Amino acid sequence: MSGWPILSTITFLPLVGIFFLVLIRGDAATVARNSRQVALWISIVTFALSLVLIGEFDTANPGYQFVEKAPWLPEFGISYHLGVDGISLFFLVLTTFLTPICIIASWESIQNRVREYMIAFLAMQVLVVGVFCALDFVMFYIFFEGQLIPMFLIIGVWGGERRVYSAFKFFLYTLVGSVLFLLAILYMYLQVGTTDIPTITAHEFGREAQIWLWLALFASFAVKLPMWPFHTWLPDAHVEAPTAGSVILAGILLKMGGYGFIRFSLPMLPEASDYFTPLVFSLSVVAIIYTSLVALMQEDMKKLIAYSSVAHMGIVTIGIFTFTQQGIEGGIFQMLSHGIVSAALFLCVGVVYDRVHTRQIAAYGGLVHRMPVYAAVFMVFTLASVGLPGTGGFVGEFLTVVGAFAVNSWVATTALIGIILGAAYMLWLYRRVIFGELTKENLKSITDLNWREVGVFVPLIGLALFMGLYPKPILDVLHASVVHLMTQTQLARVVSPAALELAGQVPMLAAKQ
Amino acid sequence: MGLAIAAVFLPLIGAAIAGLFGRVLGQRVAPLVTVAAMGTSAALGIITFIDVTFGGNPGKAFLFDWISSGTFQAAWAFRIDELTGVMMFVVTVVSFLVHVYSLGYMAHDEHKPRFFAYLSLFTFFMLALITADNLLQLYFGWEGVGLASYLLIGFWYKRPSANAAAIKAFVVNRVGDFGFGLGILAIYLSFGSIEYDVIFAKAPELAGQTFHFLSGEFDILEVSCILLFIGAMGKSAQFLLHTWLPDAMEGPTPVSALIHAATMVTAGVFMVARCSPLFEYAPTALSVVTFFGATTAIFAATIALTQNDIKRVIAYSTCSQLGYMFFACGVSAYQAGIFHLTTHAFFKALLFLGAGSVIHAMSNEQDMRRMGGIWKLIPLTYILMWIGNLALAGVPFFSGFFSKDIILESAFAAHTGLGEYAFWLGIIAAALTAFYSWRLLIMTFHGKPRADHHTMEHVHESPWVMTVPLIVLAIGAIVTGYLLLPMVGEHGGVFGASILVLEHHNALEAAHHSPFWVKALPTIMAVLGIGAAYFLYMARPDLPAKLAKALRPLYLFSFNKWYFDELYDFLFVRPAKYLGVGLWKRGDGGLIDGVGPDGIAGAAWTIAQRAVRLQTGYLYHYAFAMLVGVAAIVTWYLFASSP
Repeated sequence: MSGWPILSTITFLPLVGIFFLVLIRGDAATVARNSRQVALWISIVTFALSLVLIGEFDTANPGYQFVEKAPWLPEFGISYHLGVDGISLFFLVLTTFLTPICIIASWESIQNRVREYMIAFLAMQVLVVGVFCALDFVMFYIFFEGQLIPMFLIIGVWGGERRVYSAFKFFLYTLVGSVLFLLAILYMYLQVGTTDIPTITAHEFGREAQIWLWLALFASFAVKLPMWPFHTWLPDAHVEAPTAGSVILAGILLKMGGYGFIRFSLPMLPEASDYFTPLVFSLSVVAIIYTSLVALMQEDMKKLIAYSSVAHMGIVTIGIFTFTQQGIEGGIFQMLSHGIVSAALFLCVGVVYDRVHTRQIAAYGGLVHRMPVYAAVFMVFTLASVGLPGTGGFVGEFLTVVGAFAVNSWVATTALIGIILGAAYMLWLYRRVIFGELTKENLKSITDLNWREVGVFVPLIGLALFMGLYPKPILDVLHASVVHLMTQTQLARVVSPAALELAGQVPMLAAKQ
Repeated sequence: MGLAIAAVFLPLIGAAIAGLFGRVLGQRVAPLVTVAAMGTSAALGIITFIDVTFGGNPGKAFLFDWISSGTFQAAWAFRIDELTGVMMFVVTVVSFLVHVYSLGYMAHDEHKPRFFAYLSLFTFFMLALITADNLLQLYFGWEGVGLASYLLIGFWYKRPSANAAAIKAFVVNRVGDFGFGLGILAIYLSFGSIEYDVIFAKAPELAGQTFHFLSGEFDILEVSCILLFIGAMGKSAQFLLHTWLPDAMEGPTPVSALIHAATMVTAGVFMVARCSPLFEYAPTALSVVTFFGATTAIFAATIALTQNDIKRVIAYSTCSQLGYMFFACGVSAYQAGIFHLTTHAFFKALLFLGAGSVIHAMSNEQDMRRMGGIWKLIPLTYILMWIGNLALAGVPFFSGFFSKDIILESAFAAHTGLGEYAFWLGIIAAALTAFYSWRLLIMTFHGKPRADHHTMEHVHESPWVMTVPLIVLAIGAIVTGYLLLPMVGEHGGVFGASILVLEHHNALEAAHHSPFWVKALPTIMAVLGIGAAYFLYMARPDLPAKLAKALRPLYLFSFNKWYFDELYDFLFVRPAKYLGVGLWKRGDGGLIDGVGPDGIAGAAWTIAQRAVRLQTGYLYHYAFAMLVGVAAIVTWYLFASSP
């Protein structure tokens, strides 16, 4: 792929789709029909192109690949700089994969302002893909914050009854984080003289500065992820968002927080990351137990899955901050598999919401009698969500606790308690919705999945099982970059011998706390 | 090797065909596909058993990498050794018989393809569990059988009790798996691997060394083994984690026979035997195993005395027999534990399927208080149940006699405090076992008919497709004890290197030389138990009620299963729900949102209101505010940009 700017193509191709969408003329029904087609085909082509990346990717190379760099505002040290490494590659592919899924899932459920809806989704894809391949802070920041706008609109325009409250809550939370993030970028720029991310990563900040910068970045990433106690926007946003909005939110947007920690906090601010590890562990452990208990008692299906996402993200942050190869790879893998599984669970909720128009668990029961295929699909993702071995959820969780156990066995132990609770709330949800007698009148004529819906779920099931049974191709892509990341954090850590011990590869005996 | 691996995957193929294409193939063909696959698998299982276990021909095979990250490596790999061979024989043969039996038992069920798919899927996971070559693949099979168990307990999903029981089974097992998972982590951390060969070879070296776990320094092997054993307690329904097994009887009876008697629940025993090279260097962990095994043996037997549901009596009996197997392992007589596992698989599957035949005959009645007087109507089932109970009670020359005796003798020969504890509790439990077995026989088959006319008119012997598997199991219940006696022979029996027993732990060797009274006592106790049951339920049927009245507190304690369900509900279930609601409404809703977004929004509103009042209308006020702002920004910029 020498010379051809493939990353730019993938990133901005949806803009071409938006251009065509704007041009569509005709009566409302024609516009809607054509909009769906255009958006779907553009997103599929983009996805196909992103598969080329996987094919061409060199797993032995720990650095950035497919790099494109051109001066943008040279007098300010700002450049147009794109590239992916093993850490970002699959996040990018996950995004291009989920976008067509979202468009198919919205095929019938969105009837209102279809063109605008598709534009919002394609714009979102541009911005999210941009986040995962931007190597310049200015570009990154524009993408990172820019995706708030389409998401805000998707919730605010196509959302449920309390959509305005939720959209504003979502915006308010993320905005606070953004402002601090911007200040941190400004400071780094003034220190280093460029916004180039690899250059800033190589720069060593003083301890004091690291701590303040870390907190500023934390404010942004902890809200995005979200970590306890910055999570309350998530259940509300999910509840009001349309199905595809929830899919993107849970599948990709949450991962930007974890990605931020891995890309910036760890390599740029290693000392501060080490210093704040106890804080992150504490918040993560609280998140796992707290939100699992809360999930247990939810009455709304989407809220339950939203709370379970917070618990799963708690596992991710634990993994990242273990500074072990297993922990970090486990955290990344957990994000990828959660991206598939939670997206699928929200799609499952969407299926019955489209038919019955309620998300209340109590409004369902006995669906298996009318919807056996749906019951089977829902079961697969329930099990993947509880981390059954053989599904993607297990690999990430297990590698994470391997890393955590080496660093602090308390953290690993509490994380495992969360896994018990996970089984309880998911199976209880499944039982209340799917099993039992079918007594409710309005459910007696409910129809099973149609072909379009089956088509949406089949690739997701395939991926969930593939990731559980043969995760090697994914892990192989991660290895080189994660090892490189660890050397980056350790080099900077020579200053603090205590931290070095903690950062060592899994100690063979007598693990240090 | 190839044959053994084919035996593992055949049930999976059968399950996939029946599960995915059940509707296309239809009600008749889909089950037959799984039965055919399972039959082939059973044939291969028997060949493997003879070749590997008796031929002493173990082997290993590597499929492909599973999870690898840094120094952590786990592969999909198979290990077919002598121990696996025994388990393979038990699992494939019993599973095949249960498949055949189910053709008759489930004949009228509209979800046959689904049922058979689950049954075969279970068998695949169980085989994956016993053929694993590392702890993580063992865990894969372990969770997989848990899943199949969950699906089959809740098979009749219309029944709320079945759904509740299914979730309970899964969640209680997860509590055990929590320990198992930590055990795997501890082993990886200390050994640097989870592959059997590596960790077993390294165990002697690590014996006595300590590592940091939670807040203290602990012995590596002791902690790891105890954690692994917590997993075994969950899966094998041992004391404290037993509550799910009786409820699991909500599933169809063939499921109870296969999963909750013969195979899955014995996975814990298998795991301890498999990890004998670790447990041997962890004397405290072995003591824990002995204690919980012996306690379960007697505890479950006391409950079985008073239950009225025929399947629950057998379920508690299973729990109790698993206790025997565990304390055998606890005194390092792993071979005896596996021997009892094998004989038990046959006679307990026979008892469950026999009970299924009774239930089938009695129009789905499970309460023994509404049975009785049917032995002449279903003589074959009656005889087969006799055989099963004779084997269970350990009456001489039936299979249970050989295996239970060797366990009790080993416990005695161990000459340790806990060995004595296990021996005496085991002896008492033997009497209780005989008692509740004959109570079951008499209440079910003898006395005056207590069912209504309608039911009694329909009492009929089961079709041959159900009785033939029963007869095969009955033959097994008679002959396996004698035929497989080499399993507990001299020098580790037929197990070769697959089970490690240290020289000074050799209770099994010593058991062969125990005094006569030790060998005779279990039989005497069995006869006493049978006699007591005969006296109370046959000769003086008025006595049990009077006895229950006279010993009311004891009776209630047993009848209500030592109140464990109530206790756990009070200790765990209610607090979890209470906390869940509290954290949600007060934590998220009140505190976080109240102070956070809603609080800020509220404050912003208030400030805006005040700001309105600040709007004085004088231009210089605004200009001043603007200047202050500009000055602040410039100052900050200068500070920041100065080197």
